[in-house]
Amino acid sequence: MDLAHSPADDAFRAEARAWLRAHVPPGPLPSLETAEGFAAHRAWEAELAADGWSAVSWPTRYGGRDCGLMRWLVFEEEYYAAGAPGRVNQNGVSLLAPTLLDHGTEEQRARVLPAMATGEVVWAQAWSEPEAGSDLAALRARAVRVDGGWRLSGSKTWSSRAAFADRAFGLFRTDPDTEKPHQGLSYVMFDLRAPGVTVRPIGRLDGKPAFAELFLDEVFVPDEDMIGEPGRGWRIAMSTAANERGLTLRSPGRFLAAADRLHALWLERGSPPAGAARVADALIGARAYQLFTYAAASRFLAGERLGPESSLNKVFWSEYDIALHETALDLLGEEGEAADTGWAEGYVFSLAGPIYAGTNEIQRDIVAEQLLGLPRGRRR
Amino acid sequence: MRFLLDTEQRAFAQSLDAMLGAAGTPAVVRDWSRGEQARGRALWSRIAEAGVFALAVPEAYEGVGPRPVELAVAFVELGRHAVPGPLVETVAAAALLLDPGPAERFLPALASGAEMVTLAREGSYAVDGDAATLRLALTPDGLRLAPGHGPVHASLDPARRLTRLLPGGELLTPDPPAERALLWARLATAAQALGVGLALLERTVAYVGQRVQFGVPVGSFQAVKHRLADAKIALEFARPLVLGAAVTMSPADVAAAKVSACEAAYTTARAALQLHGAIGYTAEYDLSLWLTKARALRTAWGSADACRTEVLRGHG
Ligand SMILES: Cc1cc2nc3c(=O)[nH]c(=O)nc-3n(C[C@H](O)[C@H](O)[C@H](O)COP(=O)(O)OP(=O)(O)OC[C@H]3O[C@@H](n4cnc5c(N)ncnc54)[C@H](O)[C@@H]3O)c2cc1C
Repeated sequence: MDLAHSPADDAFRAEARAWLRAHVPPGPLPSLETAEGFAAHRAWEAELAADGWSAVSWPTRYGGRDCGLMRWLVFEEEYYAAGAPGRVNQNGVSLLAPTLLDHGTEEQRARVLPAMATGEVVWAQAWSEPEAGSDLAALRARAVRVDGGWRLSGSKTWSSRAAFADRAFGLFRTDPDTEKPHQGLSYVMFDLRAPGVTVRPIGRLDGKPAFAELFLDEVFVPDEDMIGEPGRGWRIAMSTAANERGLTLRSPGRFLAAADRLHALWLERGSPPAGAARVADALIGARAYQLFTYAAASRFLAGERLGPESSLNKVFWSEYDIALHETALDLLGEEGEAADTGWAEGYVFSLAGPIYAGTNEIQRDIVAEQLLGLPRGRRR
Repeated sequence: MRFLLDTEQRAFAQSLDAMLGAAGTPAVVRDWSRGEQARGRALWSRIAEAGVFALAVPEAYEGVGPRPVELAVAFVELGRHAVPGPLVETVAAAALLLDPGPAERFLPALASGAEMVTLAREGSYAVDGDAATLRLALTPDGLRLAPGHGPVHASLDPARRLTRLLPGGELLTPDPPAERALLWARLATAAQALGVGLALLERTVAYVGQRVQFGVPVGSFQAVKHRLADAKIALEFARPLVLGAAVTMSPADVAAAKVSACEAAYTTARAALQLHGAIGYTAEYDLSLWLTKARALRTAWGSADACRTEVLRGHG
């Protein structure tokens, strides 16, 4: 039982801190859900990548530092403590990259990862469909075999950042006649500017086009853009969904920094007693999440497989994030309504947490059935 | 960094679990609540033999401590089995008896289980003052050996027998490390509460898996599942706070652990009672032994508010 980092990890932390101090933009970038903000964030990714900081855990040959899970956590703590911008390529880095590292070909990794690291290609996730939300296996968009590849048709929706992104990855039905809905699905990458693709941006609560609907009409995808074997898409996708909910989507660094900022806001406001308990709970929650993650990472590094427990993370961080932002807005009082405080944007973003990456209702089912062993309900 | 219990620590927890399971603690608790202490004292000796109290006592005084991580691990098990008695108070007393004189005089017997210690702060009850062999009082002029105790008051946890200590008695030290004792008391309480919560969850999961209504186990209803999933989440995020606090022993970390473990245990208690239905509301059913303790531990050694204040004070 040890919470001290190794001297080498401490040196890594110091190096990251020094780099971030020298490079993090002095003020916040414009919202990444706007064209201008997207471009600014893309440029920031390039700056990170130039010195090898955009995907520290990847192998060096793809632009990473091969630095392992613990150092990634350390990096993230420094990253958010430094007030560095949100990551426009989050979907790519936390979902597609691990998928390719586990299931992709060497050719795919070499082609996709370096351009992702620099922000030259920003990725969107095209899983959900109008009729397939929580019941993702109900998806209907098709991929039909043609010479040298596949043709995609159908529609996808709620695709984060697709309004400005370059490419997307998603699940398509390659075999419509399977016994079970999870079978006959395939995992493919496609170009959002290919002929036959229409992107319709959708405004989220505050009107910003944070996601989009995609209409696909006979969009050609070459064979080399199929990930893994055709028909095996569900299994591949589920192995990354655990990533999304688990260790990599929301690192503790983000909440530690947010709790610090909340605490500073409370002090700035004269430490109102009415807010004290909620601010304390935010500090406690961030610490709990950090230590929970350290424990999970320690088990992972000791060779244990982390499975359904990622659902614990998902529910915890998503509810935590909302409570933290609600506290900040309440502390700000009437000022909190003004959308140009960073807190308002954070609040709007936090509200979606219990919905995406698998709704919290579904995550609670997983906790109850797979971790507590309660009887399965009526859900396939 | 390896934030993981080692094999020895896990084996320690397992052996305590096995020992306490075999001891049939529910019957011991019921005796204890009636003021019949024989079985409770026998269990106390076994816990001491397993080395639990020695973890709080330095080697110089026949202990093996201080070892807060192992102590936290042990108290989780004591909580899981609803062990009665002034467990936390005895550990806090060990942290208090730092002066060589009193330390030499009391700690070896405390480590061996020969002394069962209760401890009262100014104005607070001394838990199990009628059973304790050593009653310590923190008074404005220092740490005193109380000459006795007043009448026993019922607690809403029948296993906690509340007493006031009589004033006066020998002054052991004028300047005891009260903050240090509070730290150990809070850590032990947090760990014990976590154990209480884990037991409540375990028992409730088992119950809803076999209780049939409308032709299916009630545990297959989503409203039931989700309440238990929330309890699981609360407990699983309290656990690393308890262990992390034991590693750092910083007042803010220990206070955070206390709030979160006690709140998680209490949330779980509310769910456990609700999901058991009427049977859960009876004293005769064993669930009550944990339900009432979850409530009592929540305010023992610092309310949620007091602990949150400590968290804010400690944040740089
Ligand atoms: C901001 C945001 C970004 C997103 N980004 C992406 C993206 O980049 N790519 C992508 O593919 N998708 C994305 N999504 C979509 C997201 O994955 C879906 O919204 C999610 O899977 C839920 O599907 P749904 O919205 O259709 O809700 P539904 O599935 O229709 O659910 C509606 C309600 O019913 C509940 N419900 C459904 N089934 C059950 C059940 N069995 N038990 C109990 N309750 C149930 C749900 O929990 C929910 O509360 C995003 C969503 C949001 C809000």
